[in-house]
Amino acid sequence: MSNPANLKYTASHEWIRSEADGTISIGITQHAQELLGDMVFVENPAVGRKLKAKEECAVVESVKAAADVYAPVAGEVTAVNSELDSAPEKINADPYAAWMFKMKPASAADVAALMDAAAYQAVVDSEAH
Amino acid sequence: MTLKQTPLNAAHRAMGAKMVDFGGWDMPVNYGSQIDEHHQVRNDCGMFDVCHMRVVDAKGEGIRAFLRYLLANNAGKLTLPGKALYSAMLRPDGGVIDDLIIYFMSEQWFRIVVNAGTADKDIAWMKQQAAEFTRHLPSGDAAVALSPASGGKLDRGNTPITITSRDDLAMVAVQGPNARAKVWQVLPQTRAATEGLQNFQAADCGEYFVARTGYTGEDGFEVMLPKEKVEEFWYALNKAGVKPIGLGARDTLRLEAGMNLYGQDMDESVGPLESGLAWTVDLKSERDFIGKAALLASPTVRKLVGLVLLDRGVLRGHQKVHTAHGEGEITSGSFSPTLEKSIALARVPKDVQIGDTVQVAIRDKMLAAKVVKYPFARKGKAV
Repeated sequence: MSNPANLKYTASHEWIRSEADGTISIGITQHAQELLGDMVFVENPAVGRKLKAKEECAVVESVKAAADVYAPVAGEVTAVNSELDSAPEKINADPYAAWMFKMKPASAADVAALMDAAAYQAVVDSEAH
Repeated sequence: MTLKQTPLNAAHRAMGAKMVDFGGWDMPVNYGSQIDEHHQVRNDCGMFDVCHMRVVDAKGEGIRAFLRYLLANNAGKLTLPGKALYSAMLRPDGGVIDDLIIYFMSEQWFRIVVNAGTADKDIAWMKQQAAEFTRHLPSGDAAVALSPASGGKLDRGNTPITITSRDDLAMVAVQGPNARAKVWQVLPQTRAATEGLQNFQAADCGEYFVARTGYTGEDGFEVMLPKEKVEEFWYALNKAGVKPIGLGARDTLRLEAGMNLYGQDMDESVGPLESGLAWTVDLKSERDFIGKAALLASPTVRKLVGLVLLDRGVLRGHQKVHTAHGEGEITSGSFSPTLEKSIALARVPKDVQIGDTVQVAIRDKMLAAKVVKYPFARKGKAV
């Protein structure tokens, strides 16, 4: 599965989708879910929480390990995907559909400055060696 | 450092395994989904590459008396040929050197299977102890006088005890309710000798040594065979419909079955009585064994219990457990695919009781867990 070209990415393996209402949706990438394996638990930040860029704000746990999820940019949490509470395996099945939480970014420019799919792929490739 | 490889390394890669460094061995963690593999073993059967574990043959006329002295569990209990016994091997101070399985094949031959990471240390220890044991012949030694085979006489034997690492052997575990039938399909020549095996009993079928043992809480066999035959055996099992299972599912299966993992649930710094292994240590008989005096002298202040997490989250090794009687620590924790809850083994103060609710520190939170008896699951079901 390749990384969709319409998304932005972070080096810590989050994907970011800009929504029509000005918010962003955040999830973890195909590469991240593949590394972690079968997901069994997702802990999302509280709605309304104000996050700094790169702040630890969520956790995904697979059978194997726990991993932190970081805020890609500064902003406020506006929604969480509570479907993942009972079905965390949706992240494995389709990581780019299984968004975890939404934020209202403090600045649209911060989002625009994130990595594109090609730059992210370079990060993944470099980790493989 | 180059990782060590089992003879099945190429087969794992061909079957799509994700490989990881497991104690210096390049081993399959899964072949896709660890949870699917777990259910596969509970509901049908699966095969595990356990070639990294070490087979050791202990031989000599005094071998039973030696093992009665070397191990915390009593090799004297083994009277039926092929019968197996699980035991800890202790240091003089009571710390656990390793846990292992011994198979009683004859009065001159016991087969021992030890863990991969401890194999070299174990064998060095066994050889050292065997040399000491044959050198000294103190009369009235309890280990000797009480050996049933001796009739009360010294039975250290006239031949030296030999400890041989069987590096020429490979081992595959086939586990699950349908495992034995699949092994018989692939190795029909072993059926007559293995059909009547009880749980925890093995048969030496020439090239194939077939034991009704395992590390999953399911029925099945562990098959030891010449290294050069193992790849063919693996593919034949696969062709018969047996799916490969990685170390990830092996860990959740053994945890659900309440089986300790050496290096996590016990090690040299902790004794068997605080590691849930009291059932394997016989302190009441007069038999002396290495570590016995230390166990009798030191009070047991902690014990191993099962935990089931009541809140949402995942229990993991080394998380702190807060109880009404003091602090404890999780030794192994994961998600149980059978219970669909997180479970753990934890070492806690001895006054903690089954049914108590304790608090586990997970990241910045304290989550509630219930203290339970284990095993958590076996034979396909939650227990």
